[in-house]
Amino acid sequence: MITERDIEHIAELADIGISKDEVPEFTTQFNAILDYFEVLDTVVGEGAPAAGITNVFREDEPRPCLSQEAALANAGSTENGFIKAPRVM
Amino acid sequence: MKTIVGLEIHVQLATATKLFCGCSTDYRDDEPNTHCCPVCLGLPGALPRLNRKAVEYGLRVAKALDMKVPEESEFARKNYFYPDLPKAYQVTQYDKPLAVEGTVEIEDDEGHEKIVRITRVHLEEDPGRLVHVAGGSKYSLVDYNRSGIPLLEIVTEPDMRSPQEARRFLNKLRTILEYLGVFDGDREGSLRVDANISLEGSERVEVKNISSYKGVEKALTFEVTRQKNLLRRGQKVTRETRHFMEGRGITTSARGKEEEHDYRYFPEPDLRPLRVAGWVAEIDLPELPVARKNRFMAQYGISLNHARTLTGDLKLADFYEEVAHVDPALAATWVADTLLGELNYRNMGIAAVPAERFTELLALLRSKTITDAAGVQVLREMLDTCAAGKPCEPPAAIVDREGLARATESEFTEVVEKVIAANPQAVEDYRAGKNGALNYIVGQVMKETRGRADPRELGRIVAESIDTGGV
Amino acid sequence: MAGTFDFSPDDRCNAFITTCSTAPFTDGPLAGTAVAVKDNISTAGIQTTCGSRILEGYVPPYDAHVVELLRNAGAAIVGKTNMDEFGMGTTTETSAFGPTRNPVDPERVPGGSSGGSAAAVAAGFVPMALGTDTGGSIRCPAAFCGIVGLKPTYGRVSRYGLIAYANSLEQIGPMARTVEDASRLMSVIARYDPRDSTMLDKPYDHGPTADIAGLRIGVPEEYFGEGVDPRVAETVRDAIGVLEGLGAETVPVSIPGMRHALAAYYVICTSEASSNLARFDGVRYGPAVDTRKTWHEAYQDLRQELFGTEVRRRIMLGTFALSAGYAGRYYAKAQVARRNIREDFERAFRDADIIAGPTMPTVAFRLGEKSDPLSMYLSDILTVPANLAGIPAISVPCGRVDGLPVGLQLMGRQFEDERVVDAAFAYEQEVRA
Repeated sequence: MITERDIEHIAELADIGISKDEVPEFTTQFNAILDYFEVLDTVVGEGAPAAGITNVFREDEPRPCLSQEAALANAGSTENGFIKAPRVM
Repeated sequence: MKTIVGLEIHVQLATATKLFCGCSTDYRDDEPNTHCCPVCLGLPGALPRLNRKAVEYGLRVAKALDMKVPEESEFARKNYFYPDLPKAYQVTQYDKPLAVEGTVEIEDDEGHEKIVRITRVHLEEDPGRLVHVAGGSKYSLVDYNRSGIPLLEIVTEPDMRSPQEARRFLNKLRTILEYLGVFDGDREGSLRVDANISLEGSERVEVKNISSYKGVEKALTFEVTRQKNLLRRGQKVTRETRHFMEGRGITTSARGKEEEHDYRYFPEPDLRPLRVAGWVAEIDLPELPVARKNRFMAQYGISLNHARTLTGDLKLADFYEEVAHVDPALAATWVADTLLGELNYRNMGIAAVPAERFTELLALLRSKTITDAAGVQVLREMLDTCAAGKPCEPPAAIVDREGLARATESEFTEVVEKVIAANPQAVEDYRAGKNGALNYIVGQVMKETRGRADPRELGRIVAESIDTGGV
Repeated sequence: MAGTFDFSPDDRCNAFITTCSTAPFTDGPLAGTAVAVKDNISTAGIQTTCGSRILEGYVPPYDAHVVELLRNAGAAIVGKTNMDEFGMGTTTETSAFGPTRNPVDPERVPGGSSGGSAAAVAAGFVPMALGTDTGGSIRCPAAFCGIVGLKPTYGRVSRYGLIAYANSLEQIGPMARTVEDASRLMSVIARYDPRDSTMLDKPYDHGPTADIAGLRIGVPEEYFGEGVDPRVAETVRDAIGVLEGLGAETVPVSIPGMRHALAAYYVICTSEASSNLARFDGVRYGPAVDTRKTWHEAYQDLRQELFGTEVRRRIMLGTFALSAGYAGRYYAKAQVARRNIREDFERAFRDADIIAGPTMPTVAFRLGEKSDPLSMYLSDILTVPANLAGIPAISVPCGRVDGLPVGLQLMGRQFEDERVVDAAFAYEQEVRA
C-alpha cells in the first residue's frame, strides 16, 4: 500500500515536481498499478536473460568533435564558451 | 586508538580518446566545450561505444596488482542529478566489476613491508567540470571537455593505519600505474581520492573530493585530530560524508541531502557485457618498480636507498638509466641526491632536464675537470635556464664562461698562502690543536677560488703549509 | 534524379508535428519517395521533440543512422510525425502537440505511440513512414489505422539517434500501406551501424515472396483469451484460416509467461525511462532552465512544467521500481519474467515457424476513452511479449469489426524478419486478389 507521503517521497527521489492536488490521484493510480504488478511475486526462477553478444569495442582512435558553436547551439544560455546551469547549493 | 583508513582512488586512464566516444582526451589547454560530441554531451539518441584500450589498461592494472578477473563483467548506470553529468547517470560498473581481490606492498610506519588489499577495480566515465563564478552569482558554468574521460576506480580494503601510510600507498600506486603506461600523474586533476577514516570502535567518516597526493595526508591528519578531539570531549563521531577544502586544509560536513543518495543502479542496456578474463594471460607486464629496484642494485651496484628513490618515479628511473653509463655510482648520487633536491627547490619535474646535458656534466665531474662544488653551480645554472624555458647551455660552456674549471695546484698554493697570512689567529688555533680552525681556513680558500678547488685536497695543502711553517 | 519534394498536406488528423514544405532528395532506391519520420528519431536541422514540450525547439546537430540511410537512399523526409510523449502511450493522446485522429474514423484514436506515422500513411500523405516500437508502438497504430507495421528483431536496426524511452526493448521499424513497401523501407534502414553496440551485422535484403506452403503457424491460446474482443479474435482466426488455405498448417503453442508479460514490461520500460529522461534538464538543449533558481528547485520545476502527466507517472513508477528496497521485488523479478518469456518463445518456435494472433485485443478506442492508466496499459498485452523476447513481429490488416480495422500479428524467430514479412505478404496478396 502506497501512501500519499510515499508518493511525495518518490517524486523527491525522482527529482520531479508534483503539485499538492496531484498527489491523491497519483496515489490511487500507483496503488492500482502496483496491485497489478503483484503478479511478479509468482515469477519462478532467477537470473536475467543470457548476455548473447559480448565484447563490443571501438578502437582508441580520435574522431572529430563538434565545433564549440555546434556544441552550444541548443543550450539555453552560455558564457565565454561555457554553458550556464543553475548552481547546486 | 587505532586509525583505520581505506581509499577509493579515481585515476584518469591515459587513452587517446574518451571511454565511450572518439573525442580526444587532450583537452587541458583548450577552450571549454571543444572536445565534445553527441555522446559525451549526452545529446538525445546518442549511444556509447566502449574503448577497447581502456579495458586493456584496466586489465593491465588488474594483472600488476595480482587481481582476479571474473568471467563476466558489466557496465551499470548510477543515476543522480547534477549539472556536470550530462546524461544524469554515470556509466560505471557496479556488482560486476572488471577485477577483484588484489594487493599492493608498501612500508608501514616502522619501515616494515606490509600488504594493502585491493577490493576491486572498475571502469567508469568522468563527469564534466563545473566552474563556480566568483562574486555571488546564482549560476555555475559547465565545460563538458572532461565528460567521458575514462576513469579507473581502485578501491582498497581498510588496511592503512595512518595518514602517512595512506600517502605511501598512493605514491606506490601512482608509480605502478605510471610504470604500466596507463596513467600520467603530471596531468592536472588526473587523480582524485575519497578516503574512509575511522578510529577503532568509532563511526566511519568519508572524506570526498581530495585531488592531490599531499591533500590525502593533510585531510586524513585533520580528520584524525578532529575525531580524537571529539572523543576526548566525550562526544561521538557521526557517520557522515565530509568534503576536503584543499585551500584551508580542513574537512567540512556535506549536508544531509547528499547522503540520502539512492543511485538506482541497473545494467546499462546500451552496452554489452565484457568477457575478458582470457585476455589477462596475453598481457606482457613491463618491469614494475620492485623488480627495477632490485635490478638497479644488481646491475649498477648502487645502494638500496638510491635504488628505491630512483625507481620511485618512472621518469626519474628512465632518466637515471640514460645517464648511468658515465659512472653508475656517481650518477646515482648526482641524480638521487643533488638533482632531485635542486628540482624540488625549483618545483620542476625531471622531464625538463635534458639527459644529454646532464651526461656531459657527469663526465666533467668524473674527469675531475670540475669539483663537486663547481658541479652544483653549473647544475643550478643549467636548471635556471631550463626553468626559464631557454635551451640548456652545454655545461662545458658554463664552466668556461664562469671560469669554474678546477684550480691548478700552483693557483691555489698562492691563495692558501694569502689566506694563512691574513688569518694569524686561526693559524694559532690550529697549532693549538683546534680542528675547526683548519676547516675555517679551508672555507676561506674555497670562497676565494669559488669552489674550484677540491676541499679535501685543500685541507691537505693548508695543513702542510702551516706544519712546514711555510709562512 | 534529384530534386525537392513539395509537401503541404491537409493535415486534419494532426499527424505531423513538423512538416518540411520543400524536402530535398537525391538519387537512390527511394528517389523522390516521401517518407515521414517519427519525431523521436533525430534529424539534423529539423526540430525533434518526442512529442514533448521539454524538447520544443531542439534541433539535433546530427542525423540518426536510419535517417542517414533514408537520405542516402534518395527519400524525401517530408516531416516529423506526432506521437505519445516520449512514446509513452497507446493512443497518441499524450502528445504535447495535441492528439492525432484516426483517418478511418476521426472520433477514434490512431493507436500509439507511432500514431502520427500510421495516420500519415493511412491518410495517404506518404506511402511509408518510420515508427518505433517499444511495446507495440508500431503494430498497435498499424492495426488501428489499417496499415502494415513491422517491429524488427532487436538489434537489426540501429538505434543511434533514436531518443531512448526503453533501450532494451525498442526498435525503429517501417510502416506502410503494403507489405511490399514496408519491406522496401526495411531494406533501406536495416544496415549495420557500429555505433549501436547492441546491434548485429545482419542486413535485411529481401523481396517478399508469397509461397508459404508447409509453414507451421503456432497459435497460442493466450492470444485469444480473456480481454480479447471475441469479434477481433474471430476475425484473426479467419485470417489464420486464409494462411492455412495457402498451404500453411497450424499448431497449438503456449506462452505461459504471458501472465507476467505486461507487469514485467511496465517495470522494465518505466525503470529504463526514469533514467533515460533524467537528462532533460534545460541546460544543453530544450527550453532553458531558470539559472536564477538553485539546481534541484530549477530542475524539479522544469520537469513538472514541461513533462506531461503520463511521463511523470512513468518516471515515478520506474524510479520506485529501481529504488533501494524495491528493486529486488520489481526490477529483478521483471528480468526473470523476461527471461522466462524468451524461453517460452524459443520452446514454441521448435514446433512453429511463426506465431500468429491479434495485434490488439480490440479495435481503436474513442478519443478520451482510456482515461485510467492501468486500463490503457492492459491494452498492450498482446504486443509487449515480442519486445520482451526481442523477436520480429508484423501487423497486417485482416478485416474490420464495426467498420474499424483489425490487425493480424505474426511473430517470428530472432533475425527471421524475412519469414514474418513473407507470411504477411502471402496473406495480403491472397485477400487483395
